[in-house]
Amino acid sequence: MIQLVEPYTEDKIRALKMGDMVHLSGMVYTGRDAVHKFLHEGGKPPVDLTNQIIYHCGPVVIKEKGKWVVKAAGPTTSAREEPYQGHIIEKFSIRAVIGKGGMGPKTLEACKKVGCIYLHAIGGAAQVLAECVTGVLGVYLEEFGSPEAIWAFRVRDFPAVVTMDSHGNSLHAAVLEQSREQLKQLV
Amino acid sequence: MRNLKANLLELVRRTSAELPDDVVNVIARSARQEQEGSNAQYAMNIIVNNIDLAKLKSQPLCQDTGSILFFVKAPRAFDQLAFEKAAREAVAEATAKGYLRQNSVDSITGKNTGNNLGPGSPSIHSHQQRGSRVDVRLILKGGGCENVGAQYSLPDVRVNANRDVDGVRRVILDAVIQTQGKGCGPGILGVCIGGDRATSYLHSKEQLLRTMDDVNPDPTLAALEKDIVVSANKLGIGPMGFGGATTLLGCKIGALNRLPASYFVSISYMCWAYRRQGFVLNDGGKIVEWLY
Ligand code: SF4
Repeated sequence: MIQLVEPYTEDKIRALKMGDMVHLSGMVYTGRDAVHKFLHEGGKPPVDLTNQIIYHCGPVVIKEKGKWVVKAAGPTTSAREEPYQGHIIEKFSIRAVIGKGGMGPKTLEACKKVGCIYLHAIGGAAQVLAECVTGVLGVYLEEFGSPEAIWAFRVRDFPAVVTMDSHGNSLHAAVLEQSREQLKQLV
Repeated sequence: MRNLKANLLELVRRTSAELPDDVVNVIARSARQEQEGSNAQYAMNIIVNNIDLAKLKSQPLCQDTGSILFFVKAPRAFDQLAFEKAAREAVAEATAKGYLRQNSVDSITGKNTGNNLGPGSPSIHSHQQRGSRVDVRLILKGGGCENVGAQYSLPDVRVNANRDVDGVRRVILDAVIQTQGKGCGPGILGVCIGGDRATSYLHSKEQLLRTMDDVNPDPTLAALEKDIVVSANKLGIGPMGFGGATTLLGCKIGALNRLPASYFVSISYMCWAYRRQGFVLNDGGKIVEWLY
């Protein structure tokens, strides 16, 4: 298990390779469809995203006795952000994107250029991942609706797998190719 | 029927927070089969922990609490309209209590109804049966896995599938290739061969009411179910598409007659968060048995 701890420097990110299992500790900022569209169209981010991590997640957060409590925080499908992600990674020097299902060639290219990785979280593991959120430091762009807002989460030992690294390797592409080869033997 | 709403609320809670034993057992077994120290084993261990934690906390296993699908079998005298009313009330209350996420959106305006009620939600499929017992089953099926369902019309030249069992096998394996990395694998397939487009998809979902360890009474389908699981697991796609031994946890196949002109194969993919539960009510409305 590799510990990835803030600050997220380019060196730390470039040292990670496809297939590495990491425990992430530090800040992450949630963002899904509305946030990506907003940033892509030139919207000014309400928090400094430079050298930060974006998490594709629409969490369930409720207020209990005046405090935010995270009830569920699993990843959502990343592929929807493929048209925007590469540009956003380059613009803000994003260091990692967390989600599920992987992303395409444009994102992989930006990861290589900037020094960014794709971290695959475990889809559906809403309770395990909610337990990793140790603090809610703020919420921005709430006008997009709670799941679509930017939530600033502090996480500890958040489990994920590096499925796209900053050297042009994608586990998704590799598994796809290998499974297609296997299928030829089976039909 | 007395207490129907309260019983249905408990059904929703259990379904959302606890996987049935037959599913938990298969997941635990495949977690043990993954290679020590692999990405696949890592994913499976987190899935196993999540199942335990959700049950302990009585919280939704996954934040996508999915489409709400009721399947009811009841005697002739059973009041279906009263059932529908109780089910709607139970769903709204389950949403308010957080057992279900606010998950139902008006397709035209894009507005979330906030209580999971609206045209088509919840969906209730009812049939009559003899005797006095009422069987109520519930499946919660998430969007990620529903999105990767597929319906093939045979023959399909892209995958060399003719109108025979081999053709069916080819399109099912093609679907497994297409869904990789999506829909939170390892998954379970519900398949229907035949029917029209609508009945075929419905029957594929009804296959998901079967238990993991049952055996198809039709020997051809029983053999095909086994073969699909073994073959899919040779593809090496693995949990979450990380690569590994478990791509499918199960496959359940049913058949309906078809028109001579049509040959549909409909595939409903269910993620590892395979939420199904059910109970039997006696004629006094008391739960006498949990079905899974
Ligand atoms: S596919 Fe299943 S486990 Fe994955 S997010 Fe959707 S409901 Fe949850």
